[in-house]
Amino acid sequence: MSSPDNSLTPHLTLGIGLTYVCLIVLVPMAALAIRMATVPFHDIVESLNSVRVISAFKLSFGLSLLAALANTLLGLPLAWVLARYTFPGRKVIDALIDMPFSLPTAVAGIALCGLYGPEGWLGTAFERIGVQIAYTPAGIFVAMLFVGLPFVVRTVQPIITNMDFSLEETGACLGASRWYVFRRVILPTLRPALLTGFSMAFARGVGEYGSVVFIAGNIPEVSEIVPLLIVSRLESYDFTGAGALSLVMLLASFVMLLLINMLQRRMAQ
Amino acid sequence: MKKVRPFSPNTADAPWLKSCLIAFAVLVVLVIVVLPFASVIVQAFSEGPSIYLTLLRSSDMQVAVLLSLKLAAIAVPLNAIFGILLVWGMTHTQLPCRRFIMALLDLPFSVSPVVVGLLFIMLLGKNAPLGGWLEEHGVQVIFAFPGLLLATIFVTLPFVARELLPLMEGQYRQEEEAARLLGAGWWRIFLKITLPEIKWGLLFSIILSLARALGEYGAVAVVSGNIRGKTNTLPLHIEALFNDYELTAANAAATLLALLGVITLTVRIVAELKKKRDSNEH
Amino acid sequence: MRKVAPESENSWKKTDYGPNKGVLAVDKEKVRISPKHNLLSTDFNMRIFPLFLLLCVAVFAGDLLNVSYDPTRELYKEFNQAFEAHWAAIGNGKIHVDQSHGGSGKQARAVIDGLAADVVTLALGRDVDAIAQYAKLIPPDWEGRLPNHNSPYTSTIVFLVRQGNPKGIKDWDDLLKPNVKVITPNPKTSGGACWNYLAAYEWGRRHGGETAAVEFLRQLFKHVPVLDSGARGATLTFTKRNIGDVLLAWENEAFLSLKENPKRGFEIVYPSLSILAEPSVSIVDKNVDKKGTRKAAEEYLNFLYSQTGQTIAAKNFYRPSRPELVPAEYLEKFKQMEMIDIRTFGGWEKAYKDHFAEGALYDQISKK
Repeated sequence: MSSPDNSLTPHLTLGIGLTYVCLIVLVPMAALAIRMATVPFHDIVESLNSVRVISAFKLSFGLSLLAALANTLLGLPLAWVLARYTFPGRKVIDALIDMPFSLPTAVAGIALCGLYGPEGWLGTAFERIGVQIAYTPAGIFVAMLFVGLPFVVRTVQPIITNMDFSLEETGACLGASRWYVFRRVILPTLRPALLTGFSMAFARGVGEYGSVVFIAGNIPEVSEIVPLLIVSRLESYDFTGAGALSLVMLLASFVMLLLINMLQRRMAQ
Repeated sequence: MKKVRPFSPNTADAPWLKSCLIAFAVLVVLVIVVLPFASVIVQAFSEGPSIYLTLLRSSDMQVAVLLSLKLAAIAVPLNAIFGILLVWGMTHTQLPCRRFIMALLDLPFSVSPVVVGLLFIMLLGKNAPLGGWLEEHGVQVIFAFPGLLLATIFVTLPFVARELLPLMEGQYRQEEEAARLLGAGWWRIFLKITLPEIKWGLLFSIILSLARALGEYGAVAVVSGNIRGKTNTLPLHIEALFNDYELTAANAAATLLALLGVITLTVRIVAELKKKRDSNEH
Repeated sequence: MRKVAPESENSWKKTDYGPNKGVLAVDKEKVRISPKHNLLSTDFNMRIFPLFLLLCVAVFAGDLLNVSYDPTRELYKEFNQAFEAHWAAIGNGKIHVDQSHGGSGKQARAVIDGLAADVVTLALGRDVDAIAQYAKLIPPDWEGRLPNHNSPYTSTIVFLVRQGNPKGIKDWDDLLKPNVKVITPNPKTSGGACWNYLAAYEWGRRHGGETAAVEFLRQLFKHVPVLDSGARGATLTFTKRNIGDVLLAWENEAFLSLKENPKRGFEIVYPSLSILAEPSVSIVDKNVDKKGTRKAAEEYLNFLYSQTGQTIAAKNFYRPSRPELVPAEYLEKFKQMEMIDIRTFGGWEKAYKDHFAEGALYDQISKK
């Protein structure tokens, strides 16, 4: 590391940048914290302690965990293919990865609904084997899969592209099989990126609203996610309840970011 | 006897594996990404291409498109400028609370858009102290342009800073030191040394935040008030069309947004090619 | 962008610094405060980015804002045009009415949080009550300021079934037949869903008393596969996505579905008992006084009760509150049947407390 510059300029720009971030991010959160601080703690616990809330949390966190896992499993080979192989149409596939990102989530919801609904192309196919996707938790999973995929691919892909070939070569020279090299050399290098991608897909899934509400059945205790519960509480004038749920979601995000950070630091060591 | 292959280390995947993986990748992208898009496009053209003319002639649609473009045109450069300032400052000072800043920057990625909307209502809604004060002085933030802008800024905040941080970290310090010894000012150093190094990263992150800004739904929906022809952004207008039984028009409008995605992606591919050429020349 | 009146296009630059030479009523409001305070938003924007001003014109140029619930989209599209013509005809010049639609509860919430509605035309009296109670923008005795409990039009709850009524649904108890899927929006967010719920409750109460009513509702909601947040969402789920066997719908929404889906074929079934659904309208006093739009807002609501307004409502499948003004051809479609109303439940305040508040009956029956 080089020594810090003793000039004012970087401190100044840092100050300006930080003020901006704090104004946009911290101030609104402080507002929530302050408003919730005036509510008796008992009321907050009360509004969180119902079967409906708990099953919504289970559903949101459980399904986005599953979806993030699936995205990691699908995203790794995808990133590998895009980074390592050349084949006709590679650029197109590469470009398509970002599409879920640029489509408004509500449109994604409508599109997925059309696709997996009882009259959609995939919906009818699944119906034939007796599986209903739209308006069940499976539909929520599909939506989360859709919005989360770019996160995994986009964090892992650059690492594979920039990976040092010499380690792989050494391994191979020493007679290790390709699978062994993958497990012992490549995978450990990718682990931090995989973790980041996983956590981003997970976070996105937990918070996702637009695409999920269209395809979820929104039945309490069955297919009702936490963000929907927040909206429905807000709309039925239950301010404390909505705030309490938001607070839990925010805390969960914070804790998760912290955990990921710590895990990554441990891996780097 | 075992065959020894000393000088051809096997770092390439077997052809069968390669084909399988490629097929798998194509399949995944096809099912997860392409099919939903295809269904949107098919629906959009189910009544012929004239729907686009009708759609673009509708004044509510024009307002929605303009509003979304304006939001992106203000939010994205703001985030880019302040993001550069922040990252430049972070990489040129030694700050004890770096992890905290990073977590702060990551937060907009991981907070539910619905919660973002709620946060702004709690801060600037009529019943909040600050919002009430502003309201008394005749400034409407929530359910008007400023509220939409704030929500858009919030959700696109991290893109530029997060992309630039690794690029600017510890790189080209020697060149910078040399330049400083030669008497170059900060601005000059930034223009001549830092900017050329980060320009592609900057461009990509700006493109990504543009896409996100134009497509944002959840956070904006909470603070918009859904006044058609006034505060409905393009994604919200698409939803309104859908609810008006204008299914075809809704899908057509959605393809416009997707088209925008295609444009940004094209820019990206071109930029990547240029970047490659740049680095070859060096 | 919406076309701004030609004079205003020329004058917006002047208005930038000269207050009160306004473009349109609402812009004046915005411009007037600019010279002194509000460095951060208005003033700053106007001077630094002229673009911002254009934008403010684009965003704030409406004269009247009507915040309404979900199924009234088509009604107010037609009515607003008629009112704009009427306002000019009685010599008041040009006016433009803006519309916002969404679930009734959500819309009321938005007005409470500062959406600058001049008039609200919501699905339930309860939602107007909420604006009066939480934001004090409307006096608590708003109901009765206009005829017919502030409902210029009413509707009722009917069943919409698929062509030929394959599941043979005739009355409320048929909804509990095995394999019948019922579509209704979420009573927590949708006004229409509250009416559905209350009608079902009353039917249950008449067929076995209060306990039976609760049990009936509990069973009924087990037959619901999707709870959309607004009435229109539920209608689309039933008609476009083809989910469910019966839709509990506003009568107007059911008629509109017949009109919008001529090919698919749906039928309306009138149950033996339903509820008189009274959507409530009111001006938002504090907002209109601040914006100086009271006269226009009052005229707007009065015009709803006029012959033109009543006819437009009937044409859009709402039952007019003054049918004597409406040509008979528009009234034929409305079938007479036994209807209870919200007074049966002791008014909205009580009904809300008993049924829809956090932890009230609806929350209890929707538990597993």
